[in-house]
Amino acid sequence: MENENQLLDINHLHTGFRIKDDFYDAVDDVSISLEKNEILAIVGESGCGKSTLATTIMGLHDPNKTKVAGEVIYQDLNLVDLNEELYNKIRGNDIGMIFQDPLSALNPLMRIQDQIAESLIFHTKLSKEKRYERVLELLEQVGIPNPPRVAKQYPHELSGGMRQRVMIAIALSCKPPIIIADEPTTALDVTIQAQILDLLKELQEENGTGIILITHDLGVVAEMADRVAVMYAGQVVEEAEVGELFNNPKHPYTRSLLNSIPQMDSENDELHVIDGVVPSLVKLPRKGCRFAARIPWIAAEEHEENPVMHEVAPNHFVRCTCYKNFHFEEGGE
Amino acid sequence: MSFLEIEDLKVHYPIRGGFFNTVVDHVYALDGINMSIERGKTYGLVGESGSGKSTTGKAIMGLEKITDGRIIYEGKDVSKQIRGKNSTYNRDVQMIFQDATSSLNPKKRVRDIIAEPIRNFERLTEGEEKKRILELLDIVGMPEDAMYKYPHEFSGGQKQRLGVARAVACRPKLIVADEPVSALDLSVQAQVLNFMKDIQEEYGLSYLFISHDLGVVKHMCDHISIMYRGRLVESGTREDIYKDPQHIYTKRLIAAIPEIDTENREVHKANRRRVEEEYRQNEKQYYDENGKVYDLKSLTDTHKVALKNIEVGGN
Ligand SMILES: Nc1ncnc2c1ncn2[C@@H]1O[C@H](COP(=O)(O)OP(=O)(O)OP(=O)(O)O)[C@@H](O)[C@H]1O
Ligand SMILES: Nc1ncnc2c1ncn2[C@@H]1O[C@H](COP(=O)(O)OP(=O)(O)OP(=O)(O)O)[C@@H](O)[C@H]1O
Ligand SMILES: [Mg+2]
Ligand SMILES: [Mg+2]
Repeated sequence: MENENQLLDINHLHTGFRIKDDFYDAVDDVSISLEKNEILAIVGESGCGKSTLATTIMGLHDPNKTKVAGEVIYQDLNLVDLNEELYNKIRGNDIGMIFQDPLSALNPLMRIQDQIAESLIFHTKLSKEKRYERVLELLEQVGIPNPPRVAKQYPHELSGGMRQRVMIAIALSCKPPIIIADEPTTALDVTIQAQILDLLKELQEENGTGIILITHDLGVVAEMADRVAVMYAGQVVEEAEVGELFNNPKHPYTRSLLNSIPQMDSENDELHVIDGVVPSLVKLPRKGCRFAARIPWIAAEEHEENPVMHEVAPNHFVRCTCYKNFHFEEGGE
Repeated sequence: MSFLEIEDLKVHYPIRGGFFNTVVDHVYALDGINMSIERGKTYGLVGESGSGKSTTGKAIMGLEKITDGRIIYEGKDVSKQIRGKNSTYNRDVQMIFQDATSSLNPKKRVRDIIAEPIRNFERLTEGEEKKRILELLDIVGMPEDAMYKYPHEFSGGQKQRLGVARAVACRPKLIVADEPVSALDLSVQAQVLNFMKDIQEEYGLSYLFISHDLGVVKHMCDHISIMYRGRLVESGTREDIYKDPQHIYTKRLIAAIPEIDTENREVHKANRRRVEEEYRQNEKQYYDENGKVYDLKSLTDTHKVALKNIEVGGN
């Protein structure tokens, strides 16, 4: 690999789901990379393919119903080509995952200590005593009070925030260099969200972990990310360093999203609404700018026939040319 | 002038257990709150999960049995007879639910869904009813042919707008909106919020807007109440709450909101840590010996806070 800080290098990744007799790409030609000690945020609205991207990296798709193509390069291996046995060695050990809904990701019938120990048994040769010590250490690390007691409890006995901490403890158990967190705080109260996000940030700072943080909350992105990729309809439409993205957004979709946030300090303004709806997988136009239908007042010539990413500033990429003369409808922003 | 007064409202859920399945304890889901609602205003109710927000909404709607307290509507105590079919209260107070999908009957056409309150509370001929429904669809920005469709044919934001159309069908005075946009994407959320503001102007509606998103609440509400363990810890105008929060719980909630201000994120983080530390150290003095929130005391005409002594709150 050219860059020794690079942890993951994703190139032209496609993930298609079988619907009736055809495959439709939910992740459509995505290329992004993750470095050590970096938080890469992936944002976009429901259905744009964020979770599909995460589960593709984790190799969690049923090969009979999904078609994956392209590259997910990790340590000179293309994960897309791995068989299940090799993937099991990577999952948990090299890439940890935190799911949106901890209750459904945890086994309701298993004590917390056994769930955390599972991946230690699989990936390490620790003795039983050492494993237990590690379980307590992990629970402590994720800020769970009284680890020996919680270790013996079942998921339903814990609050939502505690469960999410347990999920994080599991993801951390083998100290993976990469963590993928899919909406880790969406189901939580803001105060608990703040604690969990601080915890992820600490882990990144202490261990140099690379984190892919999936969220639709732009506030969370602004507080956490180093770099941001904005997805729309299966594609990355803009990618930039976090300050650049918020201060100098280019793609019409990014600009529209930022305009629809209820701002803390301008309460009486009309919020921006994006016309139309995100098309379903089957109806998605696969040619031309996918956002064109949502900004019909922009002339067709403004769009590229086959939109590609353009570097508009160092490390700031935007898809399609429509950003150049983009303006909001009636009277502007 | 307020048209609706909530006085010391309580909802205690019994917890049953033991050999005879008797009531062994109670959950004090709602434990004595007061509110007064004026025409055309939006009242925010925020608090963490389990604090009693939905219980408050349901009690006001008459969907939950009131343990104690009164609801005074236009000078009359309606607490005992809320669910009566012909009660004006029941017509004038409507609800929008968080989950639009499950609140719309999937087997009914949009026309029948929206017409439901009209048929309950008003006597209209078929022609008049149809006219009203077309008006309503127009107000919520939906095409006429939506009338003959079923809920599953609409997107999340559209379904939420149908829910709003149903809620406003009988020109209510108050709409209780329980997390109306929490399940929606940003741009769809924007659409529903804009639209709720528009019809508010059109009808002079009041909202009780329940949410855990303080950004949305700040955008929407004139007056905000912060709830904790079934009680209000603080209430005041938007400015009172965001510019001059007094209760440690309110400060903590506000400090926890992620801000879009990438240059100063270290500052926010430090501030959040400081408030969290203050919360940990001084938490006890903000609640009584049983951990119960004190009664609200007035700081100013609009700003009330639940502190033992009102001086404690100053920074
Ligand atoms: N197993 C599946 N079979 C068919 N289509 C699927 C499947 N999983 C997801 N999809 C579709 O793929 C697209 C992307 O879905 P995905 O769950 O990745 O979105 P997302 O960005 O994570 O959205 P959200 O914010 O709602 O979690 C959607 O159109 C979805 O309906
Ligand atoms: N039917 C019931 N029986 C017993 N307890 C209940 C019942 N409904 C709610 N509770 C309890 O009452 C308290 C308040 O619940 P409520 O649903 O009002 O909270 P909320 O503030 O709306 O929370 P959320 O943000 O999660 O919706 C909680 O402790 C809840 O567990
Ligand atoms: Mg998802
Ligand atoms: Mg609720």
